[in-house]
Amino acid sequence: MQRFINNPDEVVEDTVKGFVKAHADIVRLGSNPRVIAARHAPVSGKVGVITGGGSGHEPAFIGYTGRNMLDAVAVGELFSSPTAKSFLDAAREANGGRGVVCLYGNYAGDNMNVKMATKLAEKEGITIATVVANDDVCSAGPDEREKRRGVAGEIFMWKCAGAKAGEGASLEEVQAIAQRAIDNCRSIGVGLGPCTLPAVGHPNFSIEPGTMEVGIGHHGEPGVRVEPLKSASEVARDMTKIVLGDHNLTAGTEVAVIVSGLGATPLNELYILHDTIESEITGRGLKISKTYIGNYFTSLEMVGATLTVMALDEELKRLLDVDVHCPAMP
Amino acid sequence: MQQFQNVSSGDIVLSLAEQIIENRAYLSEIDGKIGDGDHGVNMAKGFGMAAERIKGNDMSLAVALDTLGTVLMTEIGGSMGPLYGVMFTQFAETIEKVPAIDAATFSAMLHSGLDGIQAIGSAKVGDKTLLDTLVPAITAFDAASRDGKSFSDSLKALVVAAEAGRDSTRDLVAKIGRASRLGERSLGVLDAGATSCALILKSLALGIEARLSPAA
Repeated sequence: MQRFINNPDEVVEDTVKGFVKAHADIVRLGSNPRVIAARHAPVSGKVGVITGGGSGHEPAFIGYTGRNMLDAVAVGELFSSPTAKSFLDAAREANGGRGVVCLYGNYAGDNMNVKMATKLAEKEGITIATVVANDDVCSAGPDEREKRRGVAGEIFMWKCAGAKAGEGASLEEVQAIAQRAIDNCRSIGVGLGPCTLPAVGHPNFSIEPGTMEVGIGHHGEPGVRVEPLKSASEVARDMTKIVLGDHNLTAGTEVAVIVSGLGATPLNELYILHDTIESEITGRGLKISKTYIGNYFTSLEMVGATLTVMALDEELKRLLDVDVHCPAMP
Repeated sequence: MQQFQNVSSGDIVLSLAEQIIENRAYLSEIDGKIGDGDHGVNMAKGFGMAAERIKGNDMSLAVALDTLGTVLMTEIGGSMGPLYGVMFTQFAETIEKVPAIDAATFSAMLHSGLDGIQAIGSAKVGDKTLLDTLVPAITAFDAASRDGKSFSDSLKALVVAAEAGRDSTRDLVAKIGRASRLGERSLGVLDAGATSCALILKSLALGIEARLSPAA
């Protein structure tokens, strides 16, 4: 595949440089070049909200930096956790004196680096509270929810926590709302084609033509089954069924939906999927109060899409409606 | 009783880094079978950066290990950054004030590195990780020393056990990390972390063996 890159080992550096130039009104580079901070951060007296993760998921994670969203983001190598130092520096950039919540995905590297950063931060008087996302239904059974990966549901978690922190809530309150937001999220991914790390040069997994991987992860982690590629309606019905099957929502529940491309799937196909997803969700008596369609959480040039459904209560709904000013969201 | 001098032994870490850099493609290839294939790339990047800082400086083993550990921890990220970062900085801390290192000190150093890894990770032996190399290697070294074997013979036992441990991961199902998502499909492939750990231990052992002398 042909790419717009300079040096395969410096993809992240070059991405960050372009990103900061493009969104200089909202973000700035931290004192650590692997940290992006909101221009307004830190806000004195406000709980800081941070995340971090491997690169290659743009606009996640950096694109969600901004007002009423994330105060700072630690940037890792492609598909690889940021360092403990980057998480620590992100916490420093976000710390307004009332502590910092770090909201991140459930990957081995992130878990370890955040754990180390939390210890280091404590030594300098910064409290980091953490919430780990685990919305990816296919990555472990319902009895092992704590093992599930965090995927696009993280966006809803950041959004609700960012808005809550913006209202002046305490560290405990922001942590609690983030936890509730992610507890209310379920996601699934379907892959139609693999992606390649530029420095590696070949895909590390394959999806045979005419087949699809149901339940694929954001780095190409295998799903629960490989099956013949079906029509968009059938795929959308399956995705909705898997997500809602894990959710047990009563009729009348309001939900928010993200249909995200994985990088190489055009928007029109996401709308095609959504046409059926919407019918399936409302057909079960649920009410969709907010929908996001686009490339919100990608995986380099993977072909495929993810569906995230978050059940709303009054507070989550209100927080989701709070205006944000960040590069990745309207 | 055999021992080696801490001062001027920093070059041991340099050869260790060269081993990792030389095996960059191999480690990525193994990782690619059940991970995303960047183990070699990331490891080589970190060990290469540390080698740049060590090269041409007359360092003690302790200072060189600390340099390597700090680079891994602050510059590499992923899973291997914190795991090896903690291991090497703990190694360094244990021998920091020891002028001549004997088998007992070396064993204490290995244990302290292992403790560090276990404090941040949650893997156990049998989970298909670097612990499947490190734990049996340490056990073999200790057993050999206890049996009255020389430092140099104990190091040989360490290398044999490290490589057997590495090979044992071929028949294991990954229980942790990204490969764990593969379930049974992770069978039949070496774990990349266990493989790099065997390279590290072997290089460390060879470097020490070449410097051993009877205690004065």
